[in-house]
Amino acid sequence: MNALELKDVRKHFGKSEIIRGASLVVTKGERCAIIGPNGAGKSTLFNLVSGRFPISGGDICLNGRSVAGMRPFEINRLGLARSFQISNLFEKLSVYDNLRCAVLYALGYKYSFWQRLGGLRDAHERTEQVLEDIGLQRQRDVPAGVLTYAEQRALEIGITIAGGADVILLDEPTAGMSRSESDAAVELIARVTEGKTLVMVEHDMSVVFGLADKIAVLVYGEVIACDSPANIRANRDVQAAYLGEP
Amino acid sequence: MEFTLFTLLNGVSYGLLLFMLSSGLTLIFSMMGVLNFAHASFYMLGAYVAYAISARLGFWPALVLAPLVVGLAGALVERYGLRPLHKFGHIPELLFTFGLSYLMVELVQLVWGRAAVAYPIPQELDRPLFTLFATSFPMYRGFMMLVALSMLAAIWLVLTRSRIGLVIQAALTHPEAVEALGHNVPRIFMWVFGGGCALAGLAGVIGGNAFVTEPGMAATVGTIIFVVVVVGGMGSLAGAFVASILIGVLQTFAVALDYSLMTLLNWAGAGITAATFGYSLLKVTIAQSAPILPFLLLVLILIFRPKGLMGMRE
Amino acid sequence: MKPGLNRASGLAYTPLNLSRYLVWTCFALVLLAAPLVFTKGAALSILSQIGTLMIFGLSYNMLLGQGGMLSFGHAVYSGLGAFFAIHAMNHSGLHVPTTLIALVGGVAGMGFGVLFGYVTTKKAGTTFAMITLGLVELVFASSLMFPGFFGGEGGVTTNRVRGQAFFGITYGPQIQVYYLIAGWLFLSTVAMFAFTQTPLGRMLNAVRDNPERVEFIGYDTQSVRYLTLILSAFFAGISGALSAINFEIVSAENVSAMRSGAVLLFVFIGGIGFFFGPLVGAVVGVFFTVMLSEYSAAWQLYLGLFFIAVVRFAPGGLSSLLMLLLRVVKFGKFGRIRTPLLALLSCTLFGLLGLVFGIELLYHLTLDAADGSVVTLFGWRFDTHSALPWLAAAAMLLLACVGYRKTAPAYMALWGEVNADIAAAVRRDVA
Repeated sequence: MNALELKDVRKHFGKSEIIRGASLVVTKGERCAIIGPNGAGKSTLFNLVSGRFPISGGDICLNGRSVAGMRPFEINRLGLARSFQISNLFEKLSVYDNLRCAVLYALGYKYSFWQRLGGLRDAHERTEQVLEDIGLQRQRDVPAGVLTYAEQRALEIGITIAGGADVILLDEPTAGMSRSESDAAVELIARVTEGKTLVMVEHDMSVVFGLADKIAVLVYGEVIACDSPANIRANRDVQAAYLGEP
Repeated sequence: MEFTLFTLLNGVSYGLLLFMLSSGLTLIFSMMGVLNFAHASFYMLGAYVAYAISARLGFWPALVLAPLVVGLAGALVERYGLRPLHKFGHIPELLFTFGLSYLMVELVQLVWGRAAVAYPIPQELDRPLFTLFATSFPMYRGFMMLVALSMLAAIWLVLTRSRIGLVIQAALTHPEAVEALGHNVPRIFMWVFGGGCALAGLAGVIGGNAFVTEPGMAATVGTIIFVVVVVGGMGSLAGAFVASILIGVLQTFAVALDYSLMTLLNWAGAGITAATFGYSLLKVTIAQSAPILPFLLLVLILIFRPKGLMGMRE
Repeated sequence: MKPGLNRASGLAYTPLNLSRYLVWTCFALVLLAAPLVFTKGAALSILSQIGTLMIFGLSYNMLLGQGGMLSFGHAVYSGLGAFFAIHAMNHSGLHVPTTLIALVGGVAGMGFGVLFGYVTTKKAGTTFAMITLGLVELVFASSLMFPGFFGGEGGVTTNRVRGQAFFGITYGPQIQVYYLIAGWLFLSTVAMFAFTQTPLGRMLNAVRDNPERVEFIGYDTQSVRYLTLILSAFFAGISGALSAINFEIVSAENVSAMRSGAVLLFVFIGGIGFFFGPLVGAVVGVFFTVMLSEYSAAWQLYLGLFFIAVVRFAPGGLSSLLMLLLRVVKFGKFGRIRTPLLALLSCTLFGLLGLVFGIELLYHLTLDAADGSVVTLFGWRFDTHSALPWLAAAAMLLLACVGYRKTAPAYMALWGEVNADIAAAVRRDVA
């Protein structure tokens, strides 16, 4: 049983077909990077997998189970979490609270209004663990809205992995970062997604080659190649897609 | 037959008045995202200003001048009241218009008193337009329909055929892009807001003397136009038109119908009396339930078709 | 670094949070002692009204301040709670003691929260606001259709002195009613505050800040909103029932859009960003509607102007102004702003006086003209037909404007400086 499987996924907005039959298989524990020229539909693909948009055709299977047509929270509860390209945080809540919110459902507290947050030991410990992993312990009480850009990106990743989902989708996690920030982010991502299945959209090739076991190339809504990094480098179609026909 | 015809005509004329009001509201909402709670208050202002002008200069100058005055007031309100609030988001803007509606009622009472004022229909129009089987249709109602329809045509022409209309249509969905193209979008907002208020004022000029001109008139019509806008689909002028006519006709017919569920059931043979369970609910006539019909429609639409009849966004 | 959280040993040592107990004890003491301080005739009635409005406002802020849900129809729940409560009091078969009638209102409110909330919370934002407006108008219009339950034009009346006296308490004297309200107010406030410290309460904040992201961390936004509305309706119902006991009458006005709009106004003025904001708002609200209305016919105008001023200049409400000032005091910078603040406040007050003067003159001239041209204000007599009072009012306004223009920029700059210093100090602490 594969962790994530896309079977001939299609999506059109009005008359334009953005995803035209994308197929992908990601096995458990694999790290897959999705690359492709701008406008290829990478973020759209993530939106489809995570349930933000409904698909127009094909199927998406998470751990063997079809999640087509499910709402985002249903998919999340089945073990898939995603981050956003533009940080999507809870601005007025503190860093600590941002993370704590992300662990509550996974720990089974659901919609409880009879339990005191402060007394939830496991939530507290898990939050502290994630805080330490992403390196924001000192900013724990700072409202998320006033963090620096890199801190927000780190928190974004933190919220995504805090719930303990098995399949993690990261949408351009190092977008807008400097070289050193990117390297730190790569190290963070490698650490926190150990043992999990990771699918990542990235433009930064050093990040891609540093983290990925497998690279899928998305061009005009289709996966034109899916292979090991070395083979992708040598693939003619990929070269043509990026550099144009010689 | 004659009952149906006249009730239909009355319903349509009332619906057209509602449309004059809700079209301005829709334009303002579509353009600026602001739900103008004070819109009905500008309607009231239009009626009062027309009353003041017509007392001195006559109805016809009032018909032209009053909407201009109200439009100007609206533009000023946008410039000095709403514009500084854009940066705080939509809720403070909405609350501002909410507070403004309170304020305008008070100010109107301050200037013109708490009682209804005698704003008369002009003599030239105060006669029957046509008579059918002993019931006559007032010429003024026909005049109202004429003004409303010409106004509708004028808006449509401006929006689709003029350059400024094109800019406004673009700014309806992409204000930042339009601003990047060099248009003074804040100024456009101000004029659209003023224009919407002028429309409301015009509705007040012709509605104030057909119905009553009093401080409570804003509240009476205020919620109905929100229902119209939501039922029609927020952001759709065509939807507002359909919804206005629908609600206008619905309410006018309902008020005239004295049947209830009990009448229906008794006609079918069930002997409903005061002792029957649910009697108080069954005996309610359509006429008695007329006030709730628009809101019932609102709630039903929001459950089953939240985009409204023709809406494109929520 | 948060003191006392020793992760290494796995033990959590949290020192007893004395300040929290202090605040609640003070609140209880204020509630207990208020009638002893405010002893004038109508004071008890006013305190009782403030009490019920506080509960109503707090329940409303669960939706607005904590959940970002703007409702124009919250009076549906408090009003229907009030109707059920008053019928329970009148019903000869039911023997609910007056002390517990508030629960009847609460359960009724909650029931309607379950019923209506399912429909209203399907949508968010402006659409939600519109549904709530439509709903309250629907209920209000229905109230005239069913005079059996809603009492028609006159409403439903009751006698709060009923049934067995509870340890000698009959609820005849107003002071007993006050303490009943104060007791329920304390319990409700504790409960609603506790709510903010629960998982649902925190997720509600998350929904307010970013409803979309909430779905991606496993929560159904609609469920969060629906459950909160049910709880909020419960407390609104309690406030309605207490109001029924206090006034011994409930009418269609209790389920009106007007009353819903009023609570929105007062809670916003008090401040939606802080838990205690609605408490402040309730005091201001009763001040305007009950106390000011005794002295001036222009009270609604003043309320409208005040509300607009708050929206424009202090959208965080009065509680935010208070907290900002307290923060400046806490960082020891109050001395710097004291004199410019005083100067600015005096100009504003002077201008306010002139404005009030002018408005009162105007009101007398247009609305009370039948009483003659002379009006008595602040103990002095003024003739509205002579030019002098008008010129005086205009002069006061003009002077205040000039003074404001001179003092405001300097104060604003100073305020900005002080807050920048504070922000820098906070970042230093954290970094």
